[in-house]
Amino acid sequence: MSDIEYVRPTDTSSAVTLVAEDPDAAFLAGGTTELDLALKDRVIRPSRFVDIGRLPLRGVTREGDRLRVAALTTMEELAADPTVRSRLPFVREALLLGASTQLRNMATIGGNLLQRTRCRYFRDPAVHACNKREPGSGCAAIEGVARMHAILGAGPSCIALHASDLCVPLVAMDAEVELLDADGTRRVPLTEFYRTPGDRPDVENVLRHGELVTHVVVPLLPAGTRSGYIKVRDRQSYEFATTSAAAAVQVEDGTITAARIGLGGVGTVPWRAWEAERVLVGAPANERTYRAAAEAAIRDPFTVPGTAFKVELAKRTIVRILRTVTA
Amino acid sequence: MSSATTARSTEVTVELHVNGRVYPARLDSTTTLLDALRDDLHLTGTKKGCDQGACGACTVLRDGKRIVSCLTLAAQCDGSEITTIEGLAEDGVPHPVQDAFVKHDAMQCGYCTAGQVMSAVSLLGEDEDRRATDDDIREFMSGNLCRCAAYPNIVAAIREVAGE
Repeated sequence: MSDIEYVRPTDTSSAVTLVAEDPDAAFLAGGTTELDLALKDRVIRPSRFVDIGRLPLRGVTREGDRLRVAALTTMEELAADPTVRSRLPFVREALLLGASTQLRNMATIGGNLLQRTRCRYFRDPAVHACNKREPGSGCAAIEGVARMHAILGAGPSCIALHASDLCVPLVAMDAEVELLDADGTRRVPLTEFYRTPGDRPDVENVLRHGELVTHVVVPLLPAGTRSGYIKVRDRQSYEFATTSAAAAVQVEDGTITAARIGLGGVGTVPWRAWEAERVLVGAPANERTYRAAAEAAIRDPFTVPGTAFKVELAKRTIVRILRTVTA
Repeated sequence: MSSATTARSTEVTVELHVNGRVYPARLDSTTTLLDALRDDLHLTGTKKGCDQGACGACTVLRDGKRIVSCLTLAAQCDGSEITTIEGLAEDGVPHPVQDAFVKHDAMQCGYCTAGQVMSAVSLLGEDEDRRATDDDIREFMSGNLCRCAAYPNIVAAIREVAGE
């Protein structure tokens, strides 16, 4: 027997109320991560699932030079969208390199953004030391097998990774998240939505309890911009990134005039490589520039023995994506 | 289900529509679709492998799209059209994918086969570029593991049906 309550409201404001009124209630969308953590790993204990799966928050709308994606659109649906194919091709690439078709038919865009920042130690209830589950209890991952852990935005309290592929091009594009609660709506840039662990690894973003992600707004790439997403992983398919990079670059007469870079597999949050972009813009489109951008992107990593190799791997991933999109 | 519920409801009443039949059921709220299919509806063709969304053995179709039933609550499927391996044959005639799996010996122990077949049936209805080459088939079948490693024969079976 389970002691988790299940409710399926038919309108969005009821859904928000049903979560807001109970501090242990949780929204349930696709469930691919949430049900795994709650029912299989048993490391989160919601009192109530508020199933939002049938709320009218599905579909993609073109609004001028932006795309407004309703939060319950599935990963497969967003990847198939014609505007995503033509004007945000690296978003489509990132989507289709994530998970499996089965999971992409279930997982929603809002849920992808909100998947827990997690590691194997967080997911193992036999491990006691986890500052994310129990602040102050320590971090087993620091001295553990850390190959799949973060080196940017990480610290002694937590090195768990934000594993989304989708978020990597989305942070690069300055996507925004639309949030709804009883007080109304607000819009938060994705680059300001996530919080690095600091001394509160249990707090992963700026969402208030009961606040619902309703839409993600993504600016389209200007015509003439080339984009790409590269994912380096331990097996060829259906695996999380060891490192990944998304880039959108414009080159005129051999000089880079615009650049957007996002990194995956390395950050406690989806990582925007601002410093790399500053190195790139105005510089000649050549290997030397790409390497300088990569050095700038990974300037101050927090590594443990298990993650030290990622510093060079991430730099090479950045060089390779820049080479690919400028070729 | 209604948002006006005041008593805590850790049980749910659902109507599962499986292979064209309607099954009313009263279930624990966190019963997965996989467990409901196997333990309550006694449709045991769908297999439980990892039970964590990693192996694909429990793949079924929901409203025509492949999903893993182990990470889906039965309650989330209330009223949805579910197709399992038991629903593929028509009048005792196997689905072409089932025939091709037999012809190409696309299994050894057979435990993953129901999930492989359901995934392949779904793949045949997806974008054509997902089955253009053997590499495409491998990529878009990567959510189904086969620990006997019958992969070459699975790819051959799907290639044959895709080419027809």
